[in-house]
Amino acid sequence: MKKTRNLILSLITAALLVYGLTVLEAHRFQQGMLYSVMQKSAILAIAAVSMNLLNGFTGLFSLGQAGFMALGAYTTAILTIPTGKITGVYYMDGISSGIIAFKTFLDGAPGWLQTAYPFLALIAGGLVAAGFAALIGMPILRLKSDYLAIATLGFSEIVRAVIASPELNTVTNGSYGLKSIPKLGSIVTTFLIAAACISTIVLLIKSSYGRAFKAIREDEIAAEAMGINLMKHKNLAFVISSFFTAIAGGMLAMFMQSIDSSTFKISMTYDILLIVVIGGIGSVTGSVLSAFLVTAAKEWWLRFFDTPLTIGTFQVPLLRTGFRMVVFSVLLMVVVLFYRRGLMGTNEFSWDFFWKKRGAAATGGVGRDK
Amino acid sequence: MTNNVLHLDNVTMQFGGVVAVSDLTLDVNEGEIVALIGPNGAGKTTAFNVITGVYAPTNGRVTLRGQPIAEGYPTGKMKKLYAGGHSGEYTKQISNTPDRITAKGVARTFQNIRLFKDLTVFENVLIAKHMHVKANVVSATFRLNWAEEARIRRESLELIDSLGLSSVKDEKSSSLPYGKQRVLEIVRALATSPSLLLLDEPAAGMNPQETDDLSDFIRKIKAQFNLTVFMIEHHMNLVMDISDRIYVIDFGKLIASGTPAEVQFNPDVIKAYLGVEEA
Repeated sequence: MKKTRNLILSLITAALLVYGLTVLEAHRFQQGMLYSVMQKSAILAIAAVSMNLLNGFTGLFSLGQAGFMALGAYTTAILTIPTGKITGVYYMDGISSGIIAFKTFLDGAPGWLQTAYPFLALIAGGLVAAGFAALIGMPILRLKSDYLAIATLGFSEIVRAVIASPELNTVTNGSYGLKSIPKLGSIVTTFLIAAACISTIVLLIKSSYGRAFKAIREDEIAAEAMGINLMKHKNLAFVISSFFTAIAGGMLAMFMQSIDSSTFKISMTYDILLIVVIGGIGSVTGSVLSAFLVTAAKEWWLRFFDTPLTIGTFQVPLLRTGFRMVVFSVLLMVVVLFYRRGLMGTNEFSWDFFWKKRGAAATGGVGRDK
Repeated sequence: MTNNVLHLDNVTMQFGGVVAVSDLTLDVNEGEIVALIGPNGAGKTTAFNVITGVYAPTNGRVTLRGQPIAEGYPTGKMKKLYAGGHSGEYTKQISNTPDRITAKGVARTFQNIRLFKDLTVFENVLIAKHMHVKANVVSATFRLNWAEEARIRRESLELIDSLGLSSVKDEKSSSLPYGKQRVLEIVRALATSPSLLLLDEPAAGMNPQETDDLSDFIRKIKAQFNLTVFMIEHHMNLVMDISDRIYVIDFGKLIASGTPAEVQFNPDVIKAYLGVEEA
């Protein structure tokens, strides 16, 4: 009964969302800001949820997100830039003959492959990042807390430096960046991919492996004594998280259409960490909600702080370019100081919440994920 | 010796210059309840940690049903520092991580309760069943192993029901009363389907009534799950009540062993526990 009700409600919400997105797609030129904020939020939501899988559910404090996003973004971008535009992109040192050969080969491929190709390119980006994660996971996942954060941060910077190195000019176009990356269909496609990625992570978290991850977060020694192989499970979480982070990176490349190595600086990781912390470490719904709120606030709602304002002859002080980020940082400090558990804490969204009496809601909060 | 379950052979565990366990030799046989007692700091928990693979022994060998699960001899810096006996007798380095020891059928509880605090009672038990999951991560994510998942859920529920925790099944484990947390730790250990159960001070912090209940509980699970029990305990009533044999250690060394009656009146034991009477 309850389950049917919740299912119906979820389906209705999903249908409404898809309808809303189609309308938005039709009016994307009038609603440019809303359109791009929604799209970027959905992409960052994937990155935030996969960071949460690592930081919130497995208890591994990793700061390598930007590096894995860069791997995904560059793989996807190199694979999808159209053959016709590619020489224009690599105008400095030319392009490696292997890539050209691959692209010419692909242009002769059957139609269905052409249609599926952007998605395959995203997955390829994910696999590249997952491969790197598996490679560096073995040594660095032996580190604990802060040391792990430093090691992953270092990896992320190395990736960026390597991408920008002149030796790789014919592959990554070095520090000139890549452009003419084709867009990924409509906003509905972006949301569908985001939904698929996030659902997969949620399914994983609720599976037996997800429970093992939580056990590692709660108490490594006890988890090991319960027969959970620490290295294997930490590696799994790291590889899976990197895979989805790279998919988000690939989608970001398709959204921005032009990327360069400075896109994936440490501030990118910081942005995602911010979303995770504000949403609540250990809550998937929290990460998704806060991805939308934070992105909208940062790129849109707080914009007026950046424009000087004069009322009559009175010039409102402080309002100038860059002030937005000051306000934003103060907001963040307030959240961290007074509202440490974030929006959702470790709770998940549940329809049952709306059916609970007020008193029950106050004590029980949003339905706990079981 | 077909019925020998656990055998420690001259096990020495030395940390730098500190000898925590020294030349400890003991046996635990099939179907027994064996207690390891000794004053605080005697090295009891260290012995447990050597058995469960947390530490690799500095010297000596641990055998589980005839199979060596840990063996070591002093190497490197320890060569000079080594203060125990029987050096040169062991020539192999065998070590297993705790999860592999658990997979061999040895489960343990901890002296200072180590439950998964933020998770429910049911989840705590379910996690201990994870080691029996055969499906890989992809098929587990997409529930292609639904039959297996349903089975471990059912088994966990049955275990919880049969050991009297069904009323608190969905409560956070940290919100349980202390005695129940101790019981849950044992239930969680049982979920790994062990044949040898190591209990590290199961009655610590319990009142006399709870301690009595615990001794009944240990007898019950021993019969129900066909277990061999090896435990560290301070409550003498409990130890004397349920143990078949007792080993007493002090400063890492074995000072006495035998049936409860034998150990109780052993002068060395009395000395270790009460000190020497002034002449």
